[in-house]
Amino acid sequence: MGMKTLYLLVPLAPLAGAILAGFFGKILGRTGSHVVTILGVTISFVLSVLIYQDVQAGNVFNGAVYTWMESGGLKLQVGFLIDPLTVLMMMVVTFVSLMVHVYTIGYMAEDPGYQRFFSYISLFTFSMLMLVMSNNFVQLFFGWEAVGLVSYLLIGFWYTRPTAIYANLKAFLVNRVGDFGFLLGIGLIAAYAGSLDYAEVFAKREQLAALTMSVTGWPLITAVCICLFIGAMGKSAQFPLHVWLPDSMEGPTPISALIHAATMVTAGIFMVSRMSPLFELSDTALSFVIVIGAITTLFMALIAIVQTDIKRVVAYSTLSQLGYMTMALGASAYSVAIFHLMTHAFFKAVLFLGAGSVIIAMHHEQDMRRMGGLRKYLPITYATMLIGAIANAGLPPFAGFFSKDSIIEAVHHAQVPGAGFAYFCALAAVFVGGLYSFRLIFFTFHGKERFREPAHDAHGHDAHHDDHGQHGPVEPHESPKVVTVPLILLSIPAIGAGWLIGTVLYGNWFGGSITIAAAHKGMATMAHEFHGVMGMMAHGVTTLPFWLAISGAATAWYLYIVRPDLPAVIKAKSGVLATILEEKYGFDRFNDWFFAGGARLLGRGLWKGGDQVLIDGVMVNGSAGAVGWISGLVGLIQSGRIYRYALGMIFGVVALLSFWRA
Amino acid sequence: MNSQLLSLAIWVPILGALPVFWIGSERRTLVRWLSLAVALAGFLVTLPLYTAFDATQAGMQFVEQSPWITRFNVQYLLGVDGISMPFILLNSFITVMVVLAGWEVIEEKQAQYMGAFLVMSGLMNGIFSALDGVLFYVFFEASLIPMYIIIGAWGGPNRVYAAIKFFLYTLLGSLLMLVALIWLFLESGGSFNILDWHQMRIGMAPQILIFIAFLVSFAVKVPMWPVHTWLPDAHVEAPTGGSVVLAAIALKLGAYGFVRFSLPIVPDASHYLAPMMIALSLIAVVYIGFVALVQTDMKKLIAYSSISHMGFVTLGFFIFNAIGVEGALVQMISHGFISAAMFLCVGVMYDRMHSRMIADYGGVVNTMPKFAALFVFFAMANSGLPATSGFVGEFMVILGAIKFNFWVGFAAATTLILGAAYTLWMVKRVVFGEVANDHVAKLTDIGAREFLVLGLLAVCVLAMGLYPFPFTEVMHASVDNLLKHVAASKL
Repeated sequence: MGMKTLYLLVPLAPLAGAILAGFFGKILGRTGSHVVTILGVTISFVLSVLIYQDVQAGNVFNGAVYTWMESGGLKLQVGFLIDPLTVLMMMVVTFVSLMVHVYTIGYMAEDPGYQRFFSYISLFTFSMLMLVMSNNFVQLFFGWEAVGLVSYLLIGFWYTRPTAIYANLKAFLVNRVGDFGFLLGIGLIAAYAGSLDYAEVFAKREQLAALTMSVTGWPLITAVCICLFIGAMGKSAQFPLHVWLPDSMEGPTPISALIHAATMVTAGIFMVSRMSPLFELSDTALSFVIVIGAITTLFMALIAIVQTDIKRVVAYSTLSQLGYMTMALGASAYSVAIFHLMTHAFFKAVLFLGAGSVIIAMHHEQDMRRMGGLRKYLPITYATMLIGAIANAGLPPFAGFFSKDSIIEAVHHAQVPGAGFAYFCALAAVFVGGLYSFRLIFFTFHGKERFREPAHDAHGHDAHHDDHGQHGPVEPHESPKVVTVPLILLSIPAIGAGWLIGTVLYGNWFGGSITIAAAHKGMATMAHEFHGVMGMMAHGVTTLPFWLAISGAATAWYLYIVRPDLPAVIKAKSGVLATILEEKYGFDRFNDWFFAGGARLLGRGLWKGGDQVLIDGVMVNGSAGAVGWISGLVGLIQSGRIYRYALGMIFGVVALLSFWRA
Repeated sequence: MNSQLLSLAIWVPILGALPVFWIGSERRTLVRWLSLAVALAGFLVTLPLYTAFDATQAGMQFVEQSPWITRFNVQYLLGVDGISMPFILLNSFITVMVVLAGWEVIEEKQAQYMGAFLVMSGLMNGIFSALDGVLFYVFFEASLIPMYIIIGAWGGPNRVYAAIKFFLYTLLGSLLMLVALIWLFLESGGSFNILDWHQMRIGMAPQILIFIAFLVSFAVKVPMWPVHTWLPDAHVEAPTGGSVVLAAIALKLGAYGFVRFSLPIVPDASHYLAPMMIALSLIAVVYIGFVALVQTDMKKLIAYSSISHMGFVTLGFFIFNAIGVEGALVQMISHGFISAAMFLCVGVMYDRMHSRMIADYGGVVNTMPKFAALFVFFAMANSGLPATSGFVGEFMVILGAIKFNFWVGFAAATTLILGAAYTLWMVKRVVFGEVANDHVAKLTDIGAREFLVLGLLAVCVLAMGLYPFPFTEVMHASVDNLLKHVAASKL
C-alpha cells in the first residue's frame, strides 16, 4: 500500500462507518453500529499516528486524488496536503473523536437515536479530516460546510425540542454569515491568483501583495485575509458571530465536547494558520484578528462567571479560549495558536465529558445551583474535571499553562495595532479564567449537597433538559467505565501535552507549513528566551499571569466555599452590570429583533408591496384594467344614439371651421 | 454525421403518447406501465447523445436537416452542442420521474395526464435541439399547450386563473420574439437558420430592439424580476408533476434562449445591456430571497426559491466569463434535479395531508423519518451545500462574478445566507419539532415508489456535487466558442 492509499483511508474509514451505521443501523443493531463506527475511527487514528511518524521522517505530501471540475482555466482538484500541521490536526481530531465515540456508548445508552448518533459523529470525523487534509480551497470549503452540516444535525439531534431546533438553525445561519465572507475571500483568490491550490497561491503571494482590487481600490491581500477571517469568526465563534456556540449546547454532551470544543470550532484557527503565508503579508488583517480575538477572550470569559448551567459555563470558557488562539494568530504566533488548540482540545474535552458525566449522575440536571458536594459520589469525574479546570485556568504544570502563557507572551511581543489592548484583555481574562474554572469545580463538587433540597424555581429556562421528569432528590453515582475511561485517557494529555512545548514551538517542528514574516519577531524572541520546560515553569510562577490565575481561583474559593452567601449579595449590589452579563450583552435580543425580525419585515414588505401591489396590482392587473378603462371610454362615445352623433358632428364642424384656415 | 437520435428524442415520447391516449383512463395499470415504458424509451434514446458526444468539438452535432416549408426556406433542422445536449438528457430523465410520481396519485383521467407529459417531453427536446427559427418557435409555443392543460385540468381550486395567467404571460412574451424572428429572416436574406443568424452583421439600433424582443419572451420564461409573478401562482395550482416539469425544465427554456439567441445573434446589444441584466439578476437573487423567507405556502416558497436560483443563471450568462457561463449551465441542470425533488417532496406531503401550508405541519420527522431524511438532504442542496449539485453552479457563478466585479459577487453571495434561511426555516417548521397535530400523527412514511423517485434524484444531486467534471467537460468547447463569438463585435 502506498502512502496515498493510507491518506485516503484516514477520512474514508469513518465515512464508511457513518454510512453503515446511518443506512443499515437497524440491521446492525446498537452494538453493531458502535462497533463499525469505532472501528472506523480507530483505523483513522492508528493511521494518523503512522502518517505522523512518516512526516517526522521528513515525508511531506502534496498531491491530487481526482479532478473535481475544470472551468475557465481553473482546475479544481480534490487532494491532500500532509505536513506537520495537518498531521497534528489529524491526530487531535481522531484521538478526541475516538474517545468521544467510546464515551457515547455510555452517554447515549438509552437514547432511541443511538445508531443515528454514531453515524453523525463518524460523518463529522470524516468531514473534519477532509477539512484539515485538504490541499486546496474548494475541499477546505467542502469540509468547512460539511462540519457545519453535521453540527446542525447534532445540535438538533433531539429534534422534538423547540430550543434544539431553534439553536441548530441559528448555528447554521450564523455560520453561513461567516461562510459568506469566506467564500468572498476564496473568490478573490481565484480571481487574482487564478488558482485555488494552496501551493500555487502561496507561490504567487508576493505578486498578490502588490495588487489592489480593481473596483474598490483596496489592497488585495488585506481584503482576502479579512474575508477569510470572517469565515473563521463564524466557525470559531469569534465576536460578534459567537452567538451560536452557547446555544449549541442543546445538543447531546458528547458532541459539545467533540464538535463545539475540541475540533470543529478550531477549524477557523487551523485555517488561518494554514493561510499564514497570506496573513503575514497584511498587518491590517493581523490587527483585525488580534482585536477580535481580544474582545472574544475577555468578554466571553466574563459571561462564564454568571452562568449557572454547567455546560454553558464550559461553552463560554470555550469561547474565551478560542479568543486566546485568535489573539495568537494576530500576534503571528501561529504555532502557539495550534499548540493551544491541541492542549485545549484535551482539557476542554475533559471538561465537557466530565460535565456530561455529572449530568448523567444528576439524571439530566444541568443547573449547578442544584448540585454541590458531588466529589465524594463522582471521584473519577471530580479528579479529571479538576485537572481540566486547572489546565483551563492555565496553572503549571498542566497543559494549559504552557500554551496560554506562550500566547500571552506572544501577544506581549506583538507590534500590530491593537496588540496593547489585546495584552490587557489577555491578562484580565486570566483572572476571570481562574475564577470561572474554579467556580465550576467548587459550585459543582464542593459545598452543600443542594440536590437534596426539594426542587424550587431555580430550574429556570433549562427545564426542558430534564427528559425523565425527576425533580425530587437524586442519589448521584459514578458513571460507567465507558464514560470514565475516556475521561482518564483524555486527562493524561490534559496534564502532559504542554511539556511538548519545546519540540512543538521552538524545534522548527512545523517546518514549512507555517510562514512568519521577518518583521514579526515575537516567536524568534520567545525561542531565544525559552530555556526548557522547567525554566518556563520557574519563570512562570514569578510573572503576573500566574498570580492573576491564582487570585481568580482564590476568589472562587472565597465566594463559593468560604462565603457561599456572598455571590447573591454581589449580584444584587451590582445591578445593571449583572443584568448585562446575564443578558450576554444583549446580542441575542438584538439579532432576533434586528436581523431575524428585520429580514422578515423586509421580505413581507417586498412581497406585499413589491410583488402584490406594484407588480401584480399596478403593472399586471393595471394593464388589464387600463384596457378595460379605455374600452369603457370608447364605449361611451359609441352610444348608438343618433342625436349624440349629430351633436358631435356639429361641434366638430364648427371647431374645424373656426380653427382650420387654409 | 448522419443520425436520427434527436428525432427519436423528440418523437418517441410524442408518438408514444398516442397509444396512451387511445387506451384511455379506465385501464389504469396498462396506462401507467405503458407510459413508464415510453418515458424510459425516451430516456434511453437520449443516452447515446452523451456517450457519442465529441466534447472536443464546439459546433453542432447529431445534425439532421431536411426541407419543411420550402417557400419560406423553413427547415426541419436539428442539432445539439455542449450547451443544449445536457438538457435533453435532463428533460427525458425528469419525464421518467414525473411518470413515476403520478403513478397512484392521479386518479382522474390518468391517460390524458401521462400523455400530456409525454407530449411535452418531446416538445421540450424539440426546443433544445431546433436550429431553425420557425421550428424553434413552433416547439416553444406548442409546449405551452400541454402545460396549460395540465394546470387547468389537474390543478388546484384556483387553477383556471393560474393557467390563464401563465398562458397569457408567456404567449404575449413570445409574440415579440416572432417579430424578431421574421425581421432576422428578412434581414438575413431569407434564412431561418439560427446558425446563419449567428454570423449576420447587425447595426446597433436593431440589435437593441431584437435583444429587447427576445428579452421579453425569455425573461418571462426564466422568470426574471419583475415579470416573475405568474410563476408562484402557476406552481401553487399545478399538480405535483406539473410543478416538477415547470421548475425543472420549462424555466430552463428562457435561459437557454439567451445563450442560443440573444448572446450570439446580438452580442453588442448584450454587452451594452449587460448591466441591466446583471441588476435584474441580482434583484432576483436578493429581493426574491427575502420574499421567499416570508412565504407561508411551501410551494410558493419553493417557487420563489426557483426564481432566486434562476437569477444565478442569468447572472452567469451576462458576466461573460467562462466560469460564469458554465456555472450558469451547471446551475440550470442542478436546479432541474433539486427543484424537481423539492416539489416532489411537497407533493408527497400534499398527497397525505392535502395542504401546502407550513402552519399545518410540524414534526413530520416523527412519523416519516425516511422522507424527512431525504427532504432535509434536498433542502441542504437547495441551500447550496458543498458536495451537492446546488453548490457547484452557485460557486462557479459567484467566482465568475467576483472576477467580473467584487460588488456583484458580494450581492450574489448573499444567497449563502438567504438561501439557507428560507429553506431551513421551512424545514424547521415542517420537519422538526413535536408532532403538531393529529393529521401529522397519522402520516405514513414514503413507500417504495416514492423512495425510488426521491432516491434517484438524491443520487443525481450527490453525484453531480461530488464529481461535476463530466458535466462541465462537455460544455467547454461550446462555451469557449460562444464567448469568442460574443466578444467579437457584429457592427
